[in-house]
Amino acid sequence: MIRTALAVVVGKATRVALTTLGRGATALPGLVTLTVDPDAVARLSDRLAHGVVCVSGTNGKTTTSRMLADIVRAAGWAPIHNRSGSNLDRGLAAALLASSTWSGSPAGDVGIYEVDEASVPRVLARVTPRVVVVTNLFRDQLDRYFEIDALARRMGAAIAGLPASTALVLNADDPIVAQLATGHRGQVIHFGVDDPSVGGAVPQAISDATRCPRCREPLAYERVILAHEGVWSCPACGLARPDRDVAASSVALGADSSTLRLAGGVQSVIDPVVVPLPGLYNAYNALAAIAAARALGIATQTASRAIASFRPAFGRQETVSAAGRTIRLLLVKNPAGFNAAIGALLETGRRPRLLAALNDRDADGRDVSWIWDADFELLAPAVEHAVVTGIRSGDLAVRFKYAGLEPGRIEVVADGRVAIDRALALTPEGGELVLVATYTAMQDLRAVLAAMGHVAPFWED
Amino acid sequence: MDLRIAHLYPDLMSIYGDRGNVIALSQRARWRGIDVEVRPYTVGSAFDAAWPDLWFFGGGQDQGQDVVGADLQGPHGESLRRSIEGGAAALSICGGYQLLGHEYLPDDAPPIPGVGVMDVRTTAGKKRWVGNLLVESEHGTLVGFENHSGRTYLGPLARPLGRVLVGGGNNGEDRTEGAIQGRTIGCYLHGSLLPKNPRLADLLITWALERRHGSVRLRALDDSLELAAHAQATEVARSRP
Repeated sequence: MIRTALAVVVGKATRVALTTLGRGATALPGLVTLTVDPDAVARLSDRLAHGVVCVSGTNGKTTTSRMLADIVRAAGWAPIHNRSGSNLDRGLAAALLASSTWSGSPAGDVGIYEVDEASVPRVLARVTPRVVVVTNLFRDQLDRYFEIDALARRMGAAIAGLPASTALVLNADDPIVAQLATGHRGQVIHFGVDDPSVGGAVPQAISDATRCPRCREPLAYERVILAHEGVWSCPACGLARPDRDVAASSVALGADSSTLRLAGGVQSVIDPVVVPLPGLYNAYNALAAIAAARALGIATQTASRAIASFRPAFGRQETVSAAGRTIRLLLVKNPAGFNAAIGALLETGRRPRLLAALNDRDADGRDVSWIWDADFELLAPAVEHAVVTGIRSGDLAVRFKYAGLEPGRIEVVADGRVAIDRALALTPEGGELVLVATYTAMQDLRAVLAAMGHVAPFWED
Repeated sequence: MDLRIAHLYPDLMSIYGDRGNVIALSQRARWRGIDVEVRPYTVGSAFDAAWPDLWFFGGGQDQGQDVVGADLQGPHGESLRRSIEGGAAALSICGGYQLLGHEYLPDDAPPIPGVGVMDVRTTAGKKRWVGNLLVESEHGTLVGFENHSGRTYLGPLARPLGRVLVGGGNNGEDRTEGAIQGRTIGCYLHGSLLPKNPRLADLLITWALERRHGSVRLRALDDSLELAAHAQATEVARSRP
């Protein structure tokens, strides 16, 4: 305890020093704290009255956990939330520090921890959460996470070690995620989309779950909703999509928002849920947040109201104005995320003017092969013009060309500032420029936008 | 003129963006006015060995690779062998490359037999090679990204595709990468390989067309975007292996 107290004091001192120097304080104070007390995260977490929710999955972690933070705030709780994508342990420690008093009492009463998939076993070995949410599992940065089957096995083993007091919130439509409940003795809340008009019969190109996660025979899909999410079953062993505890019986997708009706029980009489972000994938994020709220004993109506006034996280359909144009920021990290974001764009009939940026730093994934799994073929026919930039702008330009975009509509611009200027110049005044970028490419371009005075300089998530 | 491409196990062996190779072959043929048809060949479908001019066989997850390995033990493996021996061209990457060889030797399990159309053997290794891969070959410098722990060793009938400049390559020991045997190429280059190595793409298209159309000379295309991507990726590989 003395060690934790000391760790908190030096960590907070680091934070104060950094803030005084005008630097962002995302991870370094946490590193300092963990150096003094490696168990600081577990010990500080134990002091949270409403416990800890861990949110994991390939896509939607940030949006889902931010929605959940808004929901618990609406319920009168005080969340401690690691908001940025910086190193997990340090980020968690930093979040706990930022809202602790100097004596180490947390100022919050519930932890909402965004945990990347590969770190789930490590975190669950130290913290016993009240709720674990898994949004979806798709192929992602294979140079870092390797193959999805192995990842799912490791996550499943970690989850099987949790006590019955932990509730699981799982995506019923994702066979890999649904299977994670095997061996869990406690409560499981499944969410999913039950609207028969959503999705189609044709499986999408990427094949992360063509085989049953239990017996490895081919899965059958009655309906495919997003990538391998859908109405699935295994004809061989009988494993099937579990019953949904939180389900959208209808999803109406709009240009900037969607409206969900929740199925079942008393909930059907409540008002529809308005999700102020476009795209089916954001409807899934809202369902995950509502299901997590239910696991915490928070009323769906409270959750629904909080979601209606949600503001998007950094680069997740965030919009900024610049030089009389609107820039819509789409962070993309993997084929499923790309397809979902692009799908949301195309559903609205836009003919996007694009600024697209591909980097291959560690946080982006060093292997850029994934762009060939993403469905640029659907995007290309709608694109008016693409200005392409980033460390791997060459690969991205070639991807657009082979997807069918005429080379005359592709412009490669190495410098980020020049690329933004050029893309804005190609967008008519009052029009929309869509910025699609990987993680560090988005950071770089956002820094340029900040220098140009268009967005706040600090990473605010 | 028309080009027939068989995409082997696209549902199971489709990871790391390898389908970009099929996209590149198809587009580069279409841009020259050649009709292209791509057919999936997978578990449970009939393998028409006489149809394909070119086979593409990508990398997969371990799960997919087990299923595919077992499937190729049956008549599908025999069809593939007959077709390649009969003059069809083939490109295989990573897991597909391993499965076209004689066998794969796991750490602690019996050997998994391959199709045997390439004189190569692969052994499970402890170290995983993950990173940019740059290779000097007689078809120009090739650049891509490798991600494998298998170590592949060439027998006398297979020639190395090239010499490793950056990365691990076949086995991390002899500085070779990939193999060529007849009109079959195998290698560890993801990326996808062909879009930014257009010379190799055109070589494969030529080989494939010649099966049914006699000697072929492909019209040159404007490859400025492809070559710029190649130069950029080469620079990245050299500075950040």
